[in-house]
Amino acid sequence: MLETLLPILIFSALALAALGASRRVRLWRQGRPSSVPILKGLAAMPRRYLVDLHHVVGRDKVMSNTHVATAGGFVAAAVLMILVHGLGLGSSESMGPILGGLLLAASAAMFVGSRFVARRRRNPPARLSRGPWMRLPRSLMAFSGGVFLATLPTLGLLPDDFGSGVLALMLAAVVVWGLGEMVFGMTWGGPMKHAFAGALHLAFHRRPERFSSKQGGRRSTGLKALDLDDETAPLGVGTPSDFTWNQLLGFDACVQCGRCEAVCPAFAAGQPLNPKKLIQDMVVGLSGGSDASYTGSPHPGKPVGEHYGTPYGPIVGLAGQALVDAETLWSCTTCRACVEECPMMIEHVDAIVDMRRHLTLERGQTPNKGAGVLDNLIATDNPGGFDPGSRLHWAADLNLPLMADVKQAEVLLWLGDGAFDMRNQRTLRALVKVLRVAEVEFAVLGTEERDSGDVARRLGDEATFQRLARRNIATLSKYRFQRIVTCDPHSFHVLGNEYGELAEPGIPAQYEVRHHSTFIAELYDAGRLAFAPWKGGRVTYHDPCYLGRYNGEYEAPRRVLKALGIELKEMERSGFRSRCCGGGGGAPITDIPGERRIPDMRMNDVKESGAGLVAVGCPQCTAMLEGVVDASAEVRDIAELVADALVEPPSVNATGSPREPVVKATAEEVL
Amino acid sequence: MQPEQQGLEVAVLVSVGRHPITGRARRAEQDARGVELALTLASELPGTRINVLHAGQQDINSEVALRGYLGMGLNSLTLLEQPEGSDAIAALAAYLTKALPPLVLTGTRAECGEGSGLLPYALAERLGWPLVNGLAAVETIENGVVTLLQALPRGQRRRLKVRLPAIVSVDEAGPVARQSAFGPARRAKFIVTSAIHEPDRELTQWHLAPARKRPKRLKIVKAASARDRFKAAASKAGGKSGQVLSDVTPEQGAVAILKLLEEEDVLR
Ligand code: SF4
Ligand code: SF4
Repeated sequence: MLETLLPILIFSALALAALGASRRVRLWRQGRPSSVPILKGLAAMPRRYLVDLHHVVGRDKVMSNTHVATAGGFVAAAVLMILVHGLGLGSSESMGPILGGLLLAASAAMFVGSRFVARRRRNPPARLSRGPWMRLPRSLMAFSGGVFLATLPTLGLLPDDFGSGVLALMLAAVVVWGLGEMVFGMTWGGPMKHAFAGALHLAFHRRPERFSSKQGGRRSTGLKALDLDDETAPLGVGTPSDFTWNQLLGFDACVQCGRCEAVCPAFAAGQPLNPKKLIQDMVVGLSGGSDASYTGSPHPGKPVGEHYGTPYGPIVGLAGQALVDAETLWSCTTCRACVEECPMMIEHVDAIVDMRRHLTLERGQTPNKGAGVLDNLIATDNPGGFDPGSRLHWAADLNLPLMADVKQAEVLLWLGDGAFDMRNQRTLRALVKVLRVAEVEFAVLGTEERDSGDVARRLGDEATFQRLARRNIATLSKYRFQRIVTCDPHSFHVLGNEYGELAEPGIPAQYEVRHHSTFIAELYDAGRLAFAPWKGGRVTYHDPCYLGRYNGEYEAPRRVLKALGIELKEMERSGFRSRCCGGGGGAPITDIPGERRIPDMRMNDVKESGAGLVAVGCPQCTAMLEGVVDASAEVRDIAELVADALVEPPSVNATGSPREPVVKATAEEVL
Repeated sequence: MQPEQQGLEVAVLVSVGRHPITGRARRAEQDARGVELALTLASELPGTRINVLHAGQQDINSEVALRGYLGMGLNSLTLLEQPEGSDAIAALAAYLTKALPPLVLTGTRAECGEGSGLLPYALAERLGWPLVNGLAAVETIENGVVTLLQALPRGQRRRLKVRLPAIVSVDEAGPVARQSAFGPARRAKFIVTSAIHEPDRELTQWHLAPARKRPKRLKIVKAASARDRFKAAASKAGGKSGQVLSDVTPEQGAVAILKLLEEEDVLR
């Protein structure tokens, strides 16, 4: 009986799955077009899965092994099952025993894997979703166990007449359950959907450049430009169908593992944003319906079940609620912690900025100080509305060489808007002192410099960003320099990673940009700087998001601190897991209330490390962390620490034997 | 709010503004507040049509500034095109006499050009319509009469009933203008009509120079405690010598003003 039943079951499950798949594909294709190489993507998929995805999953070793056993076992078991039971190769004289044996091994491996899945589900952490996810381990065991048992008679390990009794019927029922979850559920929206959508998402990812190649890991963090010349193109994303199809596909790949939720600073602060829920909201939007069936943690303060949406309906309600509330989108600091942790390589920040673009460019609904800041950027080229002519006032006594006078220099020192801020002016003055001692030939743009456009872009005002960027590019194109050095990681990121797309024929916009910590490390290695030994207390270092996760620079600041003679007390969350200071993405401007403040939490991290001083490398971080009341630690920029420790370099290096680079620091390098 | 007739038309006069620090063209503060009032009115009184009017030339600067108003959520703007140096009052008066919108909103003072703040008055005089300044809110419109809230110094408000058509000017007491969005601003259309060109003769005789900061009267507070300082800051400045004139003839009023100006050494 089993022998006749199994092929029918297998093929009907496959047929239903094919039907579900075509329905799911139709849902994704509601999105806007996006051209990705289909065949090349499919060919690259296995590598992206095995290398890039497992690089992220592998941060949790147990989970990674569990997944390898379960998923690997399943894929092998499914293929072999079709051959053995579906096509009846099990009864073939030559192939039967081999294939059957392999099938037993594969389903056994999967069974072991599912035991581990079950173990994690016994006391699931809050970040995991419940609901259908709670039955998944049992379904996995039903499938693997059912297939295992059903294969025994085929191999003659059980009597042939086993296949016709009541026991066989029960076994068939178990197999139906397993097939239902694993094959049918995969394309009809069950938990296994992540495997189907995830595989295709890896193949057709909107940022193919973020995957590693044989040459090594790569990074793709710059936001993509909106085409503003095409008046018919939508400005950002107002409805789920305004996303590109592969973005929708990406949302559908989410496994609700909640790793993003666990690292999100806005979520931790009790602001109404949970990146995992946001992605699930988009899944609700793309298929239409309400979020009532969501079983994970909500956006803090927003009960589940009150939001609903359709593929062509608004994401943020014009009046009242729709799919998500605007505060949710404006809570994000664009720190990229979620993207860094997401095993499915989902791009939360892209999606959030896309939706913000719609709110700002189409609806004029940038909250709180947002509209004023954008007006200032338009009228005065800086967010504070200061007189652009006063950009260099802090350096009135420093006699900084101006690019307009010297026309060329080795280093162009990019000041950033911190030039208007009295706290950051101290950092800038320290940096100038360091450059002078190291005899670096540098110049500044002075009043020709404008805001880099970082804040405008992250507040969704792509038009103002592009205007500022184009003007800066035109200014930069007038002068010759080898590299740009800046103490502002936001300017660093925008100049280095986001201007390139705006290059025009004859005006390239590719710059070699260095964070001041990188540049100081180079100067030190070249023997152009020497430091007095450190006499202060314990020090920790806060990785700015836009330097670390956005640009992969974890090492240079640590090298500089080491060169200063400082032994770092690392915070628990540092390096690629550094927790945001709360200052990015215009978050201090939109200022969405929460239960706690993000910088307070970060200062608490500093306190727990036992350090009395936190070294930073970003004007935003400095401002946010210094704004913490009753802080236990002092906040100093790396440039200030370096400037204070300067002593005459030994024999000022006329003959110059460059120092050996200091030993690599401990921060883990990521893709 | 009871709409007496559906489809009230509100005309808003807008000018090209100028940022006080950089001098870049932008939507003018007060005019934008006028547009804001009109938009609020339109959302409360269904059927209200807003006609935004600008008299002047069309160039890159004015386009940037005028689109600033359009981005607040307007579909179009009527541009009464005239060459530089033309008298806007003549063009606006001619247009308004024909279009006869019951309610005209305008900023109090332009941010560039003469900026004398006389336009609302000159326009009201030509049209023979009443003028109210310092509009804070439009409350109701009933039977051709509008009930307005007028802003007086130090946060005081006065309710006025005015027969339409009327011109109402808006200053900093009006509601803050909403954000201007790029998309709607880009899509909105200019409806260009050429207007009468009457050169502004007076302007040609003027000598223009950058304004100097005007001296401010110092309020000297001798206070011993924080409480006293707060009381002094919150109290009316120089309220002792003020006087309210009511039921006086225009002549008596003028004499009183002249006397005050002489006392204050403004006129010698
Ligand atoms: S970028 Fe940072 S703040 Fe935004 S959702 Fe991701 S983790 Fe949260
Ligand atoms: S978005 Fe990524 S990290 Fe977040 S729950 Fe989904 S799969 Fe996990």
